[in-house]
Amino acid sequence: MDFTLSDEQLMVAAAARTLLSDICGPDHWHRLMHDGRAFDPARWAALVENGLTAVLMPETAGGMGLAELDFALVAIEAGYAALPEPLTDSAGVAMPMLAQLAPGHALLADPAAIIALAPAINPWVAAADVASAIMVERDGRALLVRRDDATLTPVETIDPLRRLFRLEFARAEDLGPADWDLALDRAALFAAAQGLGLAQRSVDLAVAYARDRMQFGKPIGSYQAVKHHLASAQVGIEFARPVVIAAAADCPSRDIYARARISEAKLVALDAADSAARAAIQVHGAMGYSWEVDVHLFLKRALALTNAWGTPHFHRQRVAARVFTRPTGPDTTFARDPLENETPHA
Amino acid sequence: MRLAYTPEQIAFRAEVRAWMQAHVPATPLEHYDATRAGFEAHRAWEATLKSADWGMVTWPVEYGGRGLDLIQWLIFEEEYYRAGAPGRVNQNGIFLFGPTLMEFGSPEQKARFLPPMASGAEIWAQAWSEPQAGSDLAGIRATARRDGDDYVLNGHKIWSSRAVFADWAFGLFREPGSERHKGTSLIVFPLTAPGVTRNPIRKINGHVGFAEILLEDVRVPAFNRIGDDGQGWHICMATAGFERGLMLRSPARYQVAAGALAALWQARKSGADISGSSEIYPLDPALEADVIRAHINADAYALSIYQTASRLIAGAKIGPEASTNKIFWSEMDIHLHRTALAILGPEAELIVPPGAHDWLDDYIFSLAGPIYAGSNEIQRNIIAERMLGLPR
Ligand SMILES: Cc1cc2nc3c(=O)[nH]c(=O)nc-3n(C[C@H](O)[C@H](O)[C@H](O)COP(=O)(O)OP(=O)(O)OC[C@H]3O[C@@H](n4cnc5c(N)ncnc54)[C@H](O)[C@@H]3O)c2cc1C
Repeated sequence: MDFTLSDEQLMVAAAARTLLSDICGPDHWHRLMHDGRAFDPARWAALVENGLTAVLMPETAGGMGLAELDFALVAIEAGYAALPEPLTDSAGVAMPMLAQLAPGHALLADPAAIIALAPAINPWVAAADVASAIMVERDGRALLVRRDDATLTPVETIDPLRRLFRLEFARAEDLGPADWDLALDRAALFAAAQGLGLAQRSVDLAVAYARDRMQFGKPIGSYQAVKHHLASAQVGIEFARPVVIAAAADCPSRDIYARARISEAKLVALDAADSAARAAIQVHGAMGYSWEVDVHLFLKRALALTNAWGTPHFHRQRVAARVFTRPTGPDTTFARDPLENETPHA
Repeated sequence: MRLAYTPEQIAFRAEVRAWMQAHVPATPLEHYDATRAGFEAHRAWEATLKSADWGMVTWPVEYGGRGLDLIQWLIFEEEYYRAGAPGRVNQNGIFLFGPTLMEFGSPEQKARFLPPMASGAEIWAQAWSEPQAGSDLAGIRATARRDGDDYVLNGHKIWSSRAVFADWAFGLFREPGSERHKGTSLIVFPLTAPGVTRNPIRKINGHVGFAEILLEDVRVPAFNRIGDDGQGWHICMATAGFERGLMLRSPARYQVAAGALAALWQARKSGADISGSSEIYPLDPALEADVIRAHINADAYALSIYQTASRLIAGAKIGPEASTNKIFWSEMDIHLHRTALAILGPEAELIVPPGAHDWLDDYIFSLAGPIYAGSNEIQRNIIAERMLGLPR
């Protein structure tokens, strides 16, 4: 039993944070919003160049062959940076899925390729406009729709750095039966990881503001009501993080316990993100209600991710399945289902 | 990162489980706060535990422990709660003062106090709070006057849990004339010493769970001072760290309660009559979300403590994030028990027959969580100022 991250993992996370703070900060958000875009090709190129799209890709496809936990650490940083580009869906879910389904596929040769995802659980397709292809779930199979064969109708979302589309298509490449359960698990996990980052950014923005903003002759951060809002938000983060980390580490087990833990992670991390964003808006006063201050980006992304890849109700049902059909109690924290456990836990 | 037990840890769990199965009393003991008999029955249980060296497994062997690490401690706790073993009457000793002694005590003090603590031969109370000094503990007035090789203690302590029946107390005192954080010392004294008067205080559940302690010229040897003269405040803050950070509330307690809540929910949902009353009350289906939430909270707390234990084993120290723990477990406990009472509906207010799951008493107990061990308001101040860096 060891619940610590390795030095390599900490380095991956630190490198992702440094890179994203350089290429995805307030100036970058503002420029994109000003231009009415939600994608920056130069930033995507930088993510690719720095290996962030390769983390989960098998080595045979030119990737690093790392695990969900490693990618989750990157996803936390993507949340912290409110990253607009579809890093988690494409590099965390779709590309590895393609590599598994069609190891020699032409798209895999292009490390900068983006694949958007149309799972049955999501009504709309995110970032389909910037994708080379869209992976569609149909009766348990994966259909790959090339961008040129897709008709995309924009659906407006309140998140100014996110794009959604209704998808229609006439032609698709049938990749055969696919592991959409794994896609859902990974996508939900990485949404949870982003939730952690979103939450921490909201708190950090509010703390910085509360130290500077003076009212009644004192920084507002010296008032307890303000302190307590932010302390409560931080408590939410502190107790979401170990759930996300454990869910990521458990993900390969793929049994009912691992699925429930991923759902727990999604519930608690996006709850933390929502609470933190609302606390941050309150602490900023009217500033927090203005487009000028960036907190709204984190509120909106949290709203989007809360309901993407399974609503809270859906994920609660998955936890309920574990709670009501498997033993509970203190000896079951790290329990595994022997029947469904395909690969022995290393 | 390796979220699986080693074969040794699995074997250790089996060992604890077997022992608990053979030794945990079949009928629950009377509560240690309820009567002297209940208290003594719990002391006897501590001796039983000690007879197999289960008193405090993380302590070094020479002090009555087994020298195990924090992961093994967690496994022990899990099996302990799973078996429904009696509450630890000496918790203020073994979980708070013990670790404090381990860090700040002299070898002679450790040898004197730890073994009888591990065996329950000496049961400890914490004597910090005073009528005028609660959250603002630096406002204590009780004094320790040095007189040759002795200290002479005077003052008025209050809210001291289990002090009515306990044997010893560890108290915070100040040098006469000193102010605030300066001049304080941590000094232990027998609750039976001449000059000590203990007045029981009834808690809202009716038990005499705490006491006020009046000290009038209580003479103790200077040996009884833990750490240096004037170091009392510093030591108390370290003790508070143990209290909030790790040991006081082990996750197993909430995992057992969350499991019982899930069972209660399922029994009620299937229409089972669990309380002996003939009425079946309509159930609000929305409560299932809270039952699941209780499970998630308990799971999150357990994972967080495993993470902390792993970090400490790797050499880290407990910091201000301990304050987040205290807020989390106390609020989760209240949420869990409010959910149980909501499921019970009109039966929630009924006094439960002995032996049945007492959701009501546990609920009442949960309401103290945000108050003791440093109120949650104070913890939020600490988080804001020391974790987030907001101005005082
Ligand atoms: C069940 C139980 C067991 C206990 N056991 C022990 C024991 O064994 N030994 C012992 O020494 N003590 C014990 N205590 C006492 C406990 O430590 C104190 O109750 C606690 O420190 C709070 O002090 P107080 O009760 O005087 O409340 P006060 O300090 O008077 O606080 C009252 C209210 O005001 C709030 N408040 C106070 N100051 C601030 C501030 N600066 N900012 C914001 N809010 C503030 C508090 O949060 C609280 O809500 C126990 C208490 C309980 C309930």
